[in-house]
Amino acid sequence: MTIPNPIQLPAPAPLLTRSGWSAFIVALIVVCAVAPVLNLWVPAGSALHLSDYAVALLGKIMCYAICALAMDLIWGYTGILSLGHGLFFALGGYVMGMYLMRQIGRDGNYQSDLPDFMVFLDWKELPWHWALSDSFVATLVLIVAVPGLIAFVFGYFAFRSRIKGVYFSIITQAMTYAAMLLFFRNETGFGGNNGFTDFKRILGQPIATQNMRMLLFVLTGITLLAFFLLARSLVRSKFGRVLQAVRDAESRVMFSGYSPLPYKLTIWTISAMMCGVAGALYVPQVGIINPGEMSAANSIEIAVWAAVGGRATLIGPIAGAFIVNGAKSWLTVTAPEFWLYFLGALFIAVTLFLPDGVVGLVKKLANRNKTKKQSTEGAAP
Amino acid sequence: MTPDLMDEGARRIASRSAPAALGQTESGGRAAGFSRIATPGEVDIAHGRILYLEDVNVSFDGFKAINNLSLDIAPGELRCIIGPNGAGKTTMMDIITGKTRPDSGTVYFGSTIDLLRHNEPEIASLGIGRKFQKPTVFEQLTVFENLELALKTHKGVKSSMFFKLDSAQSDRLAEVLHTIHLADSVARMAGNLSHGQKQWLEIGMLLMQDPKLLLLDEPVAGMTDEETARTAELFLSLKGKHSLMVVEHDMSFIRTISEIVTVLCDGAVLAQGTLDQVQADERVIEVYLGR
Repeated sequence: MTIPNPIQLPAPAPLLTRSGWSAFIVALIVVCAVAPVLNLWVPAGSALHLSDYAVALLGKIMCYAICALAMDLIWGYTGILSLGHGLFFALGGYVMGMYLMRQIGRDGNYQSDLPDFMVFLDWKELPWHWALSDSFVATLVLIVAVPGLIAFVFGYFAFRSRIKGVYFSIITQAMTYAAMLLFFRNETGFGGNNGFTDFKRILGQPIATQNMRMLLFVLTGITLLAFFLLARSLVRSKFGRVLQAVRDAESRVMFSGYSPLPYKLTIWTISAMMCGVAGALYVPQVGIINPGEMSAANSIEIAVWAAVGGRATLIGPIAGAFIVNGAKSWLTVTAPEFWLYFLGALFIAVTLFLPDGVVGLVKKLANRNKTKKQSTEGAAP
Repeated sequence: MTPDLMDEGARRIASRSAPAALGQTESGGRAAGFSRIATPGEVDIAHGRILYLEDVNVSFDGFKAINNLSLDIAPGELRCIIGPNGAGKTTMMDIITGKTRPDSGTVYFGSTIDLLRHNEPEIASLGIGRKFQKPTVFEQLTVFENLELALKTHKGVKSSMFFKLDSAQSDRLAEVLHTIHLADSVARMAGNLSHGQKQWLEIGMLLMQDPKLLLLDEPVAGMTDEETARTAELFLSLKGKHSLMVVEHDMSFIRTISEIVTVLCDGAVLAQGTLDQVQADERVIEVYLGR
């Protein structure tokens, strides 16, 4: 068949637009050069000095932003609301925490080879699941492997049974809660309700120095930016469009010859692994991990960050994590009793008035300005 | 059924189950004397049937939606299905496409593929495309992306991650865009299309799959007269190359496209023939006008 008028098919979208790349490079420079210089070399009295408190806070928020990004892949793009991402975050954190506990060596309160809490429980040797905790390389592998494997197995059975929507959310919440109860118990070997703390070293270097904090900050920033690029390349591929298709009309996807199970399972596992990495970066910066990280509120908060920023935009959830956590650290200092009311009100306001989040609002304003400009230009001949 | 027929049947079953002694059968010891070899995934239409349903039964909570339904479709045929609401038209399509499992009965695609052994994506890949009653397109994707997703290609995760449209595929895409009259809307969001355009986009997505059999559930619902006429033209041009099964209520549309019309009622075939024959049938009139 011949085509009378050749049709211009749209070219595939670039990984990032030109301005997108510029913004990306600026962000990279800020994280890798500007922040370290302002923190380490600018004297403390100067107005430009970046305080250690700010470094710790921003580093923490960047870990949260990775979680929000992971949440966007599974909720924003695939339409599966997970209330279990706090678990994957905590698992990555616990793997890192086990390594850091072993790095304490004999410098603990009891001067024993074993971590303090084991001495306290009168354990004579390391439990089996601590076997790899002395190796940093094994720790790096386990940080992604443990959350990835658990997500894979859980996801396989949940998606195969075609569990969807609110039922899936409830089951993930239940899974997280069950894990929290398990980690609270002393006999499971994860330090009970105190978790792990009092870290001394990482890779043999002292952990609490200003330089080490800065290094972890830079690493977290680079990871966040790298994950952003990874997520962006995933969602702009045909794979990402199938995910959006699953979100909008799953039956059509099946009748087009795609089996949704491997697609959901892949993005779910990737998302869990990202959260694991975020948790592993979080623990050495905050200096503690305990089962509280698996509480229901934490997982729900991740969803709130994504919703506030704007789902299915990638940049939105990152912005959302910064906005909500920035507001949190400010409000918990100035008016601590109002924080939870504020969070609830924010969620209701976003759901009612900003279904596309902050990014949607910015886009709408930009469009309005553009049309206004066009109409004034059209009016003046 | 007469006793001698029963004997005949018993003999046939016995001869099938008993292993034939080597050299004693006409086919030289092979299990069957057919000269064709069944290839997995390939539709065998040598017997002149692309779709074959026999004695299919489905009930939902005691309600018999499909009641001993038997129906077959020839390759290249355009079959229209009509029937009052609740006759089981959509349920029949659900069974063929793997969405609903029948309680009993057989459903074959060609002579070799048992559709009851496959799930929805497998059936779609085998070459059965389906259009839903309510137009179902991916609203948040553009017209172009909708068609690209439907394209016949490897549909695994890995091949989707590294998928790039080659020139033959883009030609095919452009051709379909032209056929469904959406060439000017390539970059538009599917959610912003009119109802009739969505119907066409969905038909276009079926064409991208290049199916051997198309099941179309009320394809012209909500279309203007002009769009309906164009759709009729499109279906007539597809006839011969593809087999089509069209469920419709619009009688004038059916008159334009139909050869054989099957009337379904209470989950079984009530009458079959040309539209005039069917419309003259007293049982059909009774069903449509009420008792």
